[in-house]
Amino acid sequence: MDFKLTAEQEMLRKTVQEFAAKEVAPTAAQRDEDEQFSRDIYNKVGALGLTGIPFPEEYGGAGWDNLTYIIAVEELSRACASTGITFSASISLAAWPILAYGTPEQKKQFLTPLADGSKLGAFGLTESGAGTDAAAQQTIATADGDNYILNGVKTFITNGGEAEIYVIMAMTDRSKGTRGISAFIVEKDTPGFTFGAVERKMGIRASATQELIFRDCRIPKTNLLGREGDGFKIAMATLDGGRIGVAAQALGIAQRALDEAVKYAKERRQFGKPISSFQGISFMLADMATQVEAARLLTYRAAYQKDQGQPYSKEAAMAKMFASDAAMQVTTNAVQVFGGYGYSREYPVERLMRDAKITQIYEGTNQVQQMVVSAAILR
Amino acid sequence: MKIVVCVKQVPDTTEVKIDPKTNTLMRQGVPSIVNPHDKHALEMALSLRDQLGGSVTVLSMGPMQSQEALRECLAMGADHAVLLSDRAFGGADTLATSYTLAAGIRKIGEFDLIICGKQAIDGDTAQVGPEMAEHLGIPHITYASQVEAGADGAPVRVHRDGEEGTEILEVKLPVLLTVTHYGDGPRLPVVKGIRRAFRAEVDVWSVNDVEVDRNVLGLKGSPTQVRRIFSPDKRCGCEMIPGDACAAASVVATKLRELRIIGVGS
Ligand SMILES: Cc1cc2nc3c(=O)[nH]c(=O)nc-3n(C[C@H](O)[C@H](O)[C@H](O)COP(=O)(O)OP(=O)(O)OC[C@H]3O[C@@H](n4cnc5c(N)ncnc54)[C@H](O)[C@@H]3O)c2cc1C
Repeated sequence: MDFKLTAEQEMLRKTVQEFAAKEVAPTAAQRDEDEQFSRDIYNKVGALGLTGIPFPEEYGGAGWDNLTYIIAVEELSRACASTGITFSASISLAAWPILAYGTPEQKKQFLTPLADGSKLGAFGLTESGAGTDAAAQQTIATADGDNYILNGVKTFITNGGEAEIYVIMAMTDRSKGTRGISAFIVEKDTPGFTFGAVERKMGIRASATQELIFRDCRIPKTNLLGREGDGFKIAMATLDGGRIGVAAQALGIAQRALDEAVKYAKERRQFGKPISSFQGISFMLADMATQVEAARLLTYRAAYQKDQGQPYSKEAAMAKMFASDAAMQVTTNAVQVFGGYGYSREYPVERLMRDAKITQIYEGTNQVQQMVVSAAILR
Repeated sequence: MKIVVCVKQVPDTTEVKIDPKTNTLMRQGVPSIVNPHDKHALEMALSLRDQLGGSVTVLSMGPMQSQEALRECLAMGADHAVLLSDRAFGGADTLATSYTLAAGIRKIGEFDLIICGKQAIDGDTAQVGPEMAEHLGIPHITYASQVEAGADGAPVRVHRDGEEGTEILEVKLPVLLTVTHYGDGPRLPVVKGIRRAFRAEVDVWSVNDVEVDRNVLGLKGSPTQVRRIFSPDKRCGCEMIPGDACAAASVVATKLRELRIIGVGS
């Protein structure tokens, strides 16, 4: 057993750290405050080549692996969780299903620009009535000659409004239940495809979350991803991978909270000494560090399984559940270490705490992860 | 344009401490980095290449571990990397180092420009670049901040930063430059650059691969020997002198006279 990353992966991590420190972190608090999505930052993420990490070279990628991609999500999220999820949603939720289920033409047309970062992707499964019960899709796709016509509304879509390429789930045959759901690739600016309300959020406020509205939106049949009826399977497989990304996002948030808490505890003095000299603080830091490390191991392990071509659904669910819970606890404790200053918007830890919460909710709530894990172990 | 950039792997001196008892550098656990000035030198070289075509070769002398530093340079975009590594080169001062690097450059062959960082942040001598130019019998310009290339074969214009301003010099190639800071600073490697760097070969040359006189290599060829390294005692007190400017000035003058910093008569 070898827990060491390769020198190449270490160089990537260092590069992302330097990039994030220079291009992402300095504006993170302000973008959160202003609820400001930054395409400029995403363009730089693309120019650095991070968007291509897990994709083959023939589609504009770097031919690298998921573990390395996950390290990039972690390091970006450490600087800014909004940037982390913008990246992860485009790569794991939009580009990956096109890689896994797309035809060579679809990959050339849609995966390549996602992998080289020139376009941004999004994934639309959730509807107002179809959250955890994702199979309860109301969006319908009706075949009509060489086209499908989409009608329906998707809610809470990350990168909504900003993305150019959308992977959308819709019912093609209601009588078949989950087997009646199909996946489609829809481009921004397709007539009949518009955007609704912008979500105003507790955290990850610099990420775009918006409603997608399809009203007689006509797309070519060549934009069907996989076969008719494969949609639910594609969505679930996509979320399996996406959860590793969310776990990495949570890990980045937690690591940052730990870093901030350790630094502050050494500097802040009360009773004539640094507060880190009080066991009440130092033991809290010890627990936080342990949670972060455990989250990292589960997350990397899930990515590793995926790279090895082994099943990773259960591992991804465990990683997402554990890392997100760790992020929530570690960020809450970081606020505690900062005391009143932690509650102030002048310091970064309150943002980390608000950002951490979403990782327990999206890409399957942690109750869903418990369902996935329990189903796997009780089989 | 054919450019050679000399780089050194150094301990990150912002993280190095000196053991107060032994006066030696405590290197354990200190990360190794590419000497920061050398990264600016590399950035200058890469910008020139991107603009004019040609190639950039990075050259280093050091232990095998220095390959890491060369990989980073390859990841940033250098075309070739050469490491001079041999026990015989070990323990070299600036003279022996510049001699060995010059031998490496002769072996690399044709070149138009050699660019070095101003100095390495561990030794801080700023000698190796200029000495290398002397070994090679070519001109050198220190503290270069910009290069304007002329037409093929024409002299290049080099901006040289000084405290009083910038000198603009015209010089025929080949020339050696040393660089403190270039433009917006060194670029980050891109992902594909990192991938390429780890698939590229770093040529490792031993004492047998270069034409050298073994008597002037390494420790044997080094007239400078380090006896002791120590941090000077920090004795800096600060005294506020209150009162109006005239009165304060005369207090200062008296103190300076007492300390014999200014003469009694002045
Ligand atoms: C910021 C943000 C970004 C998002 N991005 C995307 C996106 O890009 N694409 C996308 O498709 N969706 C996205 N979502 C939607 C997200 O995945 C859903 O919100 C999530 O799956 C939960 O669905 P719901 O909100 O409808 O909650 P509900 O399903 O209504 O759940 C409410 C509560 O009930 C629990 N619950 C429900 N059913 C069960 C059960 N059977 N057993 C036990 N507990 C249960 C849940 O765990 C939860 O605690 C995003 C959401 C947010 C907030």
